[in-house]
Amino acid sequence: MVRYILKRLGLAIVTIWIVATLTFFLMNMVPGGPFLSEKAVSPKALATLEEKYGLDKPLFEQYITYMKGAVHGDFGDSLKQRGRTVMSIITTKFPVSARVGGLAVLFSFLLGVPLGCISALNRGKAGDNAIIVIATCGIAVPSFVVCTVLMYIFGVRLKWLPTLGLSTWKNYIMPIAALAFYPTAYITRLMRSSMLDVLGQDYMRTARAKGLNQFISLFKHALRNAVLPVVTYLGPLLAYTVTGSFIVEKIFTIPGLGGEFIGSITSRDYTVIMGTTIFLAALMVIMNVIVDIVYKLVDPRIKLK
Amino acid sequence: MRDNPNPLSMQLKLNPDDFLPASDEEKQSLVVMRDSVSFWKDGLRRLGKNKIAMVSLVAVVIIMLFSFVVPSFYPYSYEEQIRGSENMAPMKYSEEEQARIDAGEHIFPHVLGTDKLGRDYAIRVMMGSRISLIVGLVAAVIILIIGSVFGSIAAFFGGWVDLIMMRIVDIIYTVPDILLIVLLSFALKAPLESLSQMPGFGWIQVVGRNLISIFIVFALLYWVGMARMVRSQILMLKESEYVTAARALGASNGRIIKKHLLTNCIGTLIVTTTLQIPSSIFTESFLSFLGLGVAVPMPSLGSLASDAINGLNTYPYLLFIPAILISLIILSFNLLGDGLRDAFDPKMKN
Repeated sequence: MVRYILKRLGLAIVTIWIVATLTFFLMNMVPGGPFLSEKAVSPKALATLEEKYGLDKPLFEQYITYMKGAVHGDFGDSLKQRGRTVMSIITTKFPVSARVGGLAVLFSFLLGVPLGCISALNRGKAGDNAIIVIATCGIAVPSFVVCTVLMYIFGVRLKWLPTLGLSTWKNYIMPIAALAFYPTAYITRLMRSSMLDVLGQDYMRTARAKGLNQFISLFKHALRNAVLPVVTYLGPLLAYTVTGSFIVEKIFTIPGLGGEFIGSITSRDYTVIMGTTIFLAALMVIMNVIVDIVYKLVDPRIKLK
Repeated sequence: MRDNPNPLSMQLKLNPDDFLPASDEEKQSLVVMRDSVSFWKDGLRRLGKNKIAMVSLVAVVIIMLFSFVVPSFYPYSYEEQIRGSENMAPMKYSEEEQARIDAGEHIFPHVLGTDKLGRDYAIRVMMGSRISLIVGLVAAVIILIIGSVFGSIAAFFGGWVDLIMMRIVDIIYTVPDILLIVLLSFALKAPLESLSQMPGFGWIQVVGRNLISIFIVFALLYWVGMARMVRSQILMLKESEYVTAARALGASNGRIIKKHLLTNCIGTLIVTTTLQIPSSIFTESFLSFLGLGVAVPMPSLGSLASDAINGLNTYPYLLFIPAILISLIILSFNLLGDGLRDAFDPKMKN
């Protein structure tokens, strides 16, 4: 077990390093620099700025310097936002995204699992069909459509909910609903198919044959096994909802990491690009490792490689 | 031969009639009742019975007709700005047009109204869905080729080759794709621009630079799912006896992969490719919505929706039409893919 975890962590570090390297060279490939887009900077000022941030050195040397700093936890200062370190940007922006994303994942789990179970237990009946139709449509709707339609109905027409910012609890409703829409539909489908699979297993028949209470057999035998695929989906989902919420953050103007991300790329804020990339890649990779370990803990049948 | 009255006799009691040649009638009873059904026939028959899949197939065909055929004879063009008919509601005419109609002229109505620059919205939506469909189809083909080649090589050779190739897949899988897409589409702009100036690469201008960088992004990042799928199939198939037989007969590795392994997972390939189309369309609309997709004035369903947000209060239909259409396209491809899976690859059903 310890060996497995160490091996996975080693691989995770390699992945993060590759992503960081790729991003570094890719971002330098883009023509133009962080100081070019600003209004008429004199060549002398430009040279001073570049010297200050070490951008005048050869690319490879910059890379080595950056990596040395990053290993020691120093992601440098932002090139565009004066006087802010990349670390402070991440630590102020990430909690916002994490709160919205985490709540969305929680809701989609709490909603999707029961819906999938109900649907599987009533297979072929009207309830099942209704849930399946809704879930199938739910998967087909892109998040910007959900966002804008929600905004139009509840924000513009009915004026029940505020459309901008995150000042009160009411502000959270629409972004969370928009973010949770797709995962809920997905989890419902996943849960339904895995529940159907489990219900057809021999041990379920045995449980019924020996006269086990239906609720116990359902919760203790079926649910515990059927929820496993959903658990594996939760890890990537959690990482994705935090990183993939660009659109939701853009539409509802939430000051989160996703918006920072896109913003830093368009303004060529090299250090912020690198910092956020490394941070988000690490988040995703480690989330995957944790899910694999949790998977092993909840399902002893799985052998670790 | 005479009858033997003794029932306990050990003599063979054969009847010479049993040895006569069979009559045609008797031969008929041995013929298998049904003609053997080929893989394709069987799959298509099952697909034809699936009502949901057929309805979505019809929907896909109708959408394709509207996005590829209808624009060629539609009276308006997607970039044509009609003076005086800005921001019109569906089926309305501007005063100028109304005057011309009163004078006896026939003017084609703006079925879905016009946008704020006076461009006919119906043709823009059609062109937008054309872009979305092209992106989906081309990306699916690219992914099919790269993914199946990569996955089959990894699975077939196994060992170190497999380990290294699958590590590459793992790494690409964990890369935050949106970030790389955004970065790549920025990074590819300048090289593609200079490439399009060179002789022989003029077609880049025709297709559009952004569209090509979207394809390159898909080709670099999105084949990993397909590669994993193909690999797991081929790992199973390569243990089959016909592979051993082919190898014993001296078939080369390439031939075994092409003729035996990939043809045997054709069901998986079809299904995965079809289900790839909606997810590519999804990503394209997402990129266009963020303003990283196709270049203006070319519309895409994502950019149409994005443009419509500012006028959401007054012109909500400008948003709803592309939004509904994109959901409809993704939904019908999803359902068609599910139907194909049930028809061609029943094992994958769960």
